[in-house]
Amino acid sequence: MTIDSGNLNPTTQASRPSGGSFFTSKGRYRAFFETWPPIVLIALFFIGLAIFVVATAPLIAPYDFMAMDLRDRLTPPALFGGTWTHPLGTDELGRDLLSRLIISIRVSMMIAFLSTLIAGTLGITLGFLAAYFRGRVEQLIMMLIDAQASMPFMIIALAVLAFLGNSLFLFIVLMGFYGWERIARIARGLAIAATEQGYATSVRDLGASPMRIYGRHILPNIASTLIVSMTLNFPEVILLESGLSFLGLGVQPPMTSLGNMVGYGRDYIQSAPWIMLVPSAAIVLTTLSISIVGDWMRDRFDPTLR
Amino acid sequence: MRPLLSVRDIKRHYQVRVPGGFFGRDALLKAVDGLTFDIKRGETLGLVGESGCGKSTTARLVMGHIPLTAGSVAFDGQPVTARHDSDWRAMRRRMQMVYQDTLGALDRRLTISDQIGEPFAIHEPLMTARQRHERALSLMDSVGLRADMAGRFPHELSGGQRQRVVIARALALSPDLLVCDEPVSALDVSIQAQVLNLLDDLREQTGFAALFISHDLKVVRQMSDRVAVMYLGKIVETGAPEAVFKRAQHPYTKALISAIPTPRNRGRRERIVLEGDPPSPVDVPPGCAFHTRCPLAMAQCRLDTPLLSGDGDHLVACHAIHQSAQSAPLAAE
Amino acid sequence: MLRYALLRIARALVTVSLIVSIAFVILRLSGDPAIIILGPEAPPEAFKAFRHAWGLDQPIWVQYLKYFNAIFHGDLGNSMRDGRSALQVVGERIPLTLAITIPALFLKVLIGLPAGVYAALHRNTAIDRLIMTLSVFGFTVPSFVLGLVLAMIFAVKLGWLPSGGSDTWLHAVLPIFTMGMIGAAVIARFTRSAMLEVLGQPYIRTASAKGLVWRDVVVAHALPNAAIPTLTIVGFMVGSLVAGAVVVESVFSWPGVGRLLVTAVANRDLAVVQVILLFVGFTMVLANLIVDLLYGWVDPRLRTKRLQAGT
Repeated sequence: MTIDSGNLNPTTQASRPSGGSFFTSKGRYRAFFETWPPIVLIALFFIGLAIFVVATAPLIAPYDFMAMDLRDRLTPPALFGGTWTHPLGTDELGRDLLSRLIISIRVSMMIAFLSTLIAGTLGITLGFLAAYFRGRVEQLIMMLIDAQASMPFMIIALAVLAFLGNSLFLFIVLMGFYGWERIARIARGLAIAATEQGYATSVRDLGASPMRIYGRHILPNIASTLIVSMTLNFPEVILLESGLSFLGLGVQPPMTSLGNMVGYGRDYIQSAPWIMLVPSAAIVLTTLSISIVGDWMRDRFDPTLR
Repeated sequence: MRPLLSVRDIKRHYQVRVPGGFFGRDALLKAVDGLTFDIKRGETLGLVGESGCGKSTTARLVMGHIPLTAGSVAFDGQPVTARHDSDWRAMRRRMQMVYQDTLGALDRRLTISDQIGEPFAIHEPLMTARQRHERALSLMDSVGLRADMAGRFPHELSGGQRQRVVIARALALSPDLLVCDEPVSALDVSIQAQVLNLLDDLREQTGFAALFISHDLKVVRQMSDRVAVMYLGKIVETGAPEAVFKRAQHPYTKALISAIPTPRNRGRRERIVLEGDPPSPVDVPPGCAFHTRCPLAMAQCRLDTPLLSGDGDHLVACHAIHQSAQSAPLAAE
Repeated sequence: MLRYALLRIARALVTVSLIVSIAFVILRLSGDPAIIILGPEAPPEAFKAFRHAWGLDQPIWVQYLKYFNAIFHGDLGNSMRDGRSALQVVGERIPLTLAITIPALFLKVLIGLPAGVYAALHRNTAIDRLIMTLSVFGFTVPSFVLGLVLAMIFAVKLGWLPSGGSDTWLHAVLPIFTMGMIGAAVIARFTRSAMLEVLGQPYIRTASAKGLVWRDVVVAHALPNAAIPTLTIVGFMVGSLVAGAVVVESVFSWPGVGRLLVTAVANRDLAVVQVILLFVGFTMVLANLIVDLLYGWVDPRLRTKRLQAGT
C-alpha cells in the first residue's frame, strides 16, 4: 500500500558520481535533485507546514473555532466570492473555516501521532517478546496478530466504540490498536533474524542481559525499518479517524477534526461545497505528503522492505 | 589438580523430520554422541574433523549455549547449564568464544572500541566510559590494531582485523577458557598465519586454556597441545599432535591426513580414498560409526561401539587396532 | 499437503474462537447495558428485570460459556431496539450490501489487475507513471471524500445519478463506482509491486534467455508467481465483502449491513453489533483459510519442510 518511488531511487538514474569531472560537470542542481526529488521536497514542505500548524494552532487561528456568527453563515472562500475576513469561508453556523481547519489539522495529526506511538510501542514490545521467548508465548502472540490481521479494523473499531462511548482518550487508545500487528510481525521477524545473524548471540555470549541485547543492540539496528513502518501507519490512522469522525462516532463536538468537518459539510454539498471540500483537501494533502515521504524513506534506508 | 574443563559423555540429539513417505518420518539427529575429554589450565585441545561431525555443536555445548541431551560439563568444578540466568552470565567472565563469521559477530552500528569495551560495560558497571575506552585501546594494542582505528566500524575493516577485534573483545576480562570455533577458516591463508601467531602470543602472555576447533589439520597441529579427531559425533582418536599426525592409528585419521595436499617435490603421500558416501548424522550406522567406509571393518564393528583406549596418551577407538594391539605384544614376545 | 491443510484449519478455528471471545469481552466491558438502554432514571426493578432477561446477573464465566453455547445454536439475541432477532435484522440487510460489494469487487479486480500488470511490464513509461499517480489516490483519498465528490459531480451538478437511497439500480452506481475505484487503485499498486518483484528474479531472465517469446515468459512464469501475493489481498477483499462498505453506505444512504452497524453503534444495540462482528469475523477467517489452502496448493514450497543436511 505504498507509493512506488522506484523512479526516484538515485541508483536507477545516471551512475556518474555527483560533482563530475573537469570535462563533464554534472551540475550541482542535478545531483541535489537526485537525492531529494522535487516531489519529496514538496511533500516535506507540506509536512513541515502541517507540523507548524499543529504546534501553533491556537495562536494562528484568526477566530475561535467555535465562535458562531449567524449573520455570516455560508460565505464562500475569499477567491470564490467571499471576503478576506473569512479566507476559507464559513460554515452553516457562521464559524470561520480557516480556524476550524487549523484546529482540526491539529486534532487529527495529534490523534494519528499518539496512535502510531502506541501501535509502535505495542507492536515492538510484543514482537520482541515473541522473538525472545519463542515457544508458547510466541504462538500466542502470533495468534493475536493473526486475529487482528484478519479483521477489518473499521469493524472492530465500530464495535468497540459502541461500548466505549465518546471519551477522546479512549478513542486514541483504540486507534493505537491499529497497525500494531504489522509492526509486531516485522519486529519479531527482524529480531529473530538478528539473533540468527550472530551479533545478538555474540553479545549474549559476552554475558549481556536480554534487556541490553534487545535495547542496545537489536532495536537500534532495526530501528530504521520500524520507523518507516510507523511512518506508513500514520496516514492510515488519519484516514481511519476521519472516517469514524465523519460517521459521527469519532471525535465528538464541540471538538473538531477533519472528518467531522466533512461530515458537517455533507448536507451542503449543493449550496456550500467548500465546507466539505476544504477539509477533504487537507486530508488528501496530508496523507499524500506523508505517504510520499514514507516511501522515499523506505527506498533510501531499507530497500529490502517492500 | 582439577582440570579446568571436564566434559563427560555429552550428547546432543535432535528430533527431526526427514523426507519419506507421505508425511515424512521422524528421525534422531545425533550431532554429538558421547564425548569425554578434559582440558587442563593453560592447555589447548584441538578438535578436528569434517563438516557435520559435530565440532561446532561441541563448542556450543561446552559454552552452555545449547542444552545437553545427556552427560555433563563442568567448568572449574561448576556445572555448565544452558539456562541463561545471572549465574550463566557471570560465568561468561571466565569463558569466551571466538567465531568463524567475524562480520556477523560484531554489531555493525558500533565502533570497534565500543565493542571491545562492551564486556566492561556489562560486567564492570563501575567503570566510566573513559576508563572503558582506555582499556579498549590497550586491548587493541595487544592484538596489533592501531589506536587510530578505534573509531572505525566493522565493515570498514578487513577480515583479519575484524577477527583481532573479536579476539580482543573475548580476552577483555581475561577469561580462563577460550573456545575458538573455526577462527581462521574464513580468512586468507596469509592472514591466517598472522592471526594464529597472535593467538599463540596471547596464550603465552595470558595463559588461557583453549578448545580450538577446525577442519584444517595443519592449523590444529600448530595450535594444540593435544588433538582429538571427531567423526559423526564421537571422538575416534586423541593424543599429542605429533603422535596423531605422524603415527595415526585410526583409519579415519589416516585418511584425513593422507588428504592433506603436499608439494610435488616433497614426495607424495599415499592418498587413502574412503569408499562409500559420508553418512549423515541422522542415520548413524550402528556399532562403530565409521564401519561403512572403513577398510579394516570386521564383523564386530557392526555390533559394538569401540571405546577410546590405548597406552599412555594416544587413545584410539577402533576394534581392529585393539585386536592387533592385543595380538602384537604376544607376537613380540 | 494434508498436514498443511489440517494445520491451517486448526489455526482458523483458534482465530475464530479468539474473535468470539474478544466480542464477548468487548460486550462485557461496556458498562451496564441496562443503564444504557433503559436510562439512569428507570426504577431498580426495571434494571433487575432487564438484567435477568438478558442473563446479565450471572457470574461472568457462566455468561461466557452460555455465550459460546448460544452461538452454536444460532441464538444470538434480539435487537434491543425493536425486539426482533438480531440475526434476522442483520440477515435482511446482507443481500443489499452484497448487491454493491460484489459488483465493486469485480470492478476492482477487472480494472486493478490488468492495470497493475501492464504498469509492471511497461515500467517507467508514461502509462506506468499515469497509473501510479492515479492509484496513489486510492489510499490517500478516503472513501467518503471520493463518494461525496462523485456525488457532487454526478448527482448534484450533472443530475445524472441519484445521490441517496436504494430505490433503483441507478442508485447503486455511485456506491459501486466509489468502492471500485479505490479498490482498483489498491490492487493495481499491489499487483505492480508483486509483478516487479517477480520480474526481477533470476529465473525470469533465464526463461527469456532460453529463447522463450517474452509474452510466453510472462504468462507461463511471471503471472503465476505474482498471483501468489496478489491472492492475499484479493482474499482480504472477498472476506470484507460484507463489511467493507460501512462508510460508503453511509455516504449514499444505502441500507445495507454497514449502515446498520453505524446506527446500531450509535444506539448501543449490542446484539446487532455483536452479530455483525461475528459474521464479519467468520467470513474473514473463512476467506483467509481458503486463500491459505490455495497458497499451499499453488506454492509447493509451503507444503514440505525439508531437512537441511549438516549439523
